[in-house]
Amino acid sequence: MIIAVASGKGGTGKTTVATSLALALAPHRPVCFLDCDVEAPNAHLFLKPVLDVRKLAVLPVPQIDQARCQHQGTCAKVCQFNAIAIAGETVLVFPDLCHGCGSCMLNCPAGAIIEQPHRLGILESGRANTGIRFARGVLDIGQPLAVPVIRQLKQWFRPRPDETVIIDAPPGTSCPTVESLQGADYALLVTEPTPFGLHDLRLAYELTRELGLPAGVIINRDGIGDSGTRDFCASVDLPVLLHIPLDRALTEGLAQGVPLVALRPQYTAHLWRVLAMIGHRLRETAC
Amino acid sequence: MLKPGGPAAKQLVILSGKGGSGKTSVCAAFCHLASLSERARAVLIDADVDASNLELVVAPHRVEEHEFSGGQLAVINPALCAGCGICADVCRFEAVLEWESIYTVNPIACEGCAACQTQCPEDAIHMEPQVAGRWFRSDSRYGPLFHAALTPGAENSGKLVALVKQLAGQMAIDNAYPLMIVDGPPGIGCPVIAAVSGADLAVIVAEPTVSGIADMQRILRTVEHFNVSALVCINKADIYTAGREEIEVFCGDKGLAIAGRIPFDLAVPEAMSQGEPITVYEPGGRVSQALHETWEHVLAVLNNTRRSDETD
Repeated sequence: MIIAVASGKGGTGKTTVATSLALALAPHRPVCFLDCDVEAPNAHLFLKPVLDVRKLAVLPVPQIDQARCQHQGTCAKVCQFNAIAIAGETVLVFPDLCHGCGSCMLNCPAGAIIEQPHRLGILESGRANTGIRFARGVLDIGQPLAVPVIRQLKQWFRPRPDETVIIDAPPGTSCPTVESLQGADYALLVTEPTPFGLHDLRLAYELTRELGLPAGVIINRDGIGDSGTRDFCASVDLPVLLHIPLDRALTEGLAQGVPLVALRPQYTAHLWRVLAMIGHRLRETAC
Repeated sequence: MLKPGGPAAKQLVILSGKGGSGKTSVCAAFCHLASLSERARAVLIDADVDASNLELVVAPHRVEEHEFSGGQLAVINPALCAGCGICADVCRFEAVLEWESIYTVNPIACEGCAACQTQCPEDAIHMEPQVAGRWFRSDSRYGPLFHAALTPGAENSGKLVALVKQLAGQMAIDNAYPLMIVDGPPGIGCPVIAAVSGADLAVIVAEPTVSGIADMQRILRTVEHFNVSALVCINKADIYTAGREEIEVFCGDKGLAIAGRIPFDLAVPEAMSQGEPITVYEPGGRVSQALHETWEHVLAVLNNTRRSDETD
C-alpha cells in the first residue's frame, strides 16, 4: 500500500502526519518512507535516519561537438524550452532551461550532439533505528526543476512488495506534487480549518479527482478558524479520518523536532485507525 | 524615500522556503500598511499560483480575467498512426501509453517536448496548446492585485509567475506606483526563482522550528544565488526560544538583519477567517504592533537599495 501525504497549502502538518504514520506502523510492519518534498525536505529531522547511500540526480543535457556541427540550427528549432540558441557560428546551451527530453540529439542532422549529465540535486537513503527504510531527494540551490529529482528518487528507491510506503509530498498542486502522487494508492490530505487551508484543500481534492486517487482528510490545528472545511468535506463526501486539536504545547514540541507520536502517545492508536480505514477503503474499491 | 514616477517600481518579495510559516499573513499586513502612505503605494502580486491565498484577505474585485496558455501536449491522430511505437521509444517521460498497438498520450505525463512529433514517420502527431490556468487583475482595498490560478496538475507555474509579475510591473510604471509587493510561493524551485528574479529585497518569513530553520537556510541561499538581498522576519517567535536564538545567531553570522519578531497569537487565524489582515482586524494588538515595526524596518532598507538603472 502506497499512501501519499499531501496538502494544497504548505505548513499544515504534512510532515508531522507522515513521519508519525511511519513511526506508528514501524514496530509492526515493514515501512518505506520517501521524502518527495525535494525543495524543502524535513522528514529526516523527525525520523533521524542514518543516510549512508548517495546518488546524484542528473539531467542529460546536450553537448555540441562544434567540429561536426553543420550550423543548420535544427537543435534550436526543435527545442521547446529555449534551452538552445544559435549565435553566429556558435551553439549556446542553457542547462537550467533544458528538460532533458533528447529531442535535439534525435534531430541533429550531423549527429553532432551528445548528452552530458547535469547535476540537479542529490538522492540519499538509509535506515532509521526504528527500522524504517528512508530515502529523500534534495534539489540543489538555484535549480528550477524539482520533477526529475522526484522521478529519479522514486525510480532509485523501490519499495519491497511487503512494505507499506509513506510518501511526504510537496505542497501545492502543480507538477512536483503530481510526480509525487503518481503510483500512489491513496492521498491523505492534511489541512487546517482556516479559509487558506480550505481554499487549498479544494484544489488538492480536485487534483486527486483528476488523478483518480481515493482521498481522505486529516484536520490539523482543529479549533482555529471556522467550520468551512468540515462542511466542504461533507458536501463532496471526502472522509475526515482524524482531527488533531490545536495545542500550544504540541506546537512547541514539534518545533523541536519531536514526533507527534512521541509527544502524544495516544496518536499511535489514532493513526492505526487511520491506516485501517484507508486499507478498508482500498479493499472496497478493489472489489 | 521612494520616488513615485521613477523608471521602475521597487520589488519586495515575501518568501519562506517552507509553506505555512505565515508568509501570506505577513504579506497581507504589508499590503495594508503600504496603502496607508502615498510614498509606498503598491501594486500587489500573488505569485503563489498553485495555492493563491492573498485574495482571501484583500477583498479583490475582478477587473480582468484571461486564460493562461502554458506549454503544449502531444496528440496522436489514430487515423494516421501505423502503430510503429517509435513515439513510445523516444519519449523519456513515459507519457505514451500503448494498448494492443493503439498508442495514445497521457496528458498529465506529457512534458510538451515534441520529440515524438519530430520522430513520427507518419506525421500522425501534432502539438496542442494547453490552457494551464487563468490570471486576473483585480482592484483590492490596498491597491491593484495581479493573481492567477494554475489548473491543478498543470505545469509551467514559473512562466505564469513571470507573466503576472511582468503585467504588474507594466502597470506600476504606467501609473507611477513606487512599489510592488510579491507574495511568493513555497519551496525553492522554478516558481520561486521566477518570483525572486528582478526583486530588490526579499523578506524571509521563518518559524523558529527545526523544519522552519532548515527551510529558511535553503531559501536564503537561493536568494543569495540570484543576488537579491534579504531580511528575516521571525514569525511565532515565542514558540521555541532555542529555535529563535538559532535564527538570530545564524543571521548574525551571515550579516543578515532581523526585520521583526512576530509573537504567536490566535488573533492571526481569526483575522484570516474574517478575511482581513491582522493589522486591520486587531490594530492595537501585539502582532500588529510587531508588524508595524517590521514594516518600518523593511521600508527603510528598501529605500536604501538602489536599482541598477538609477544614478545619483
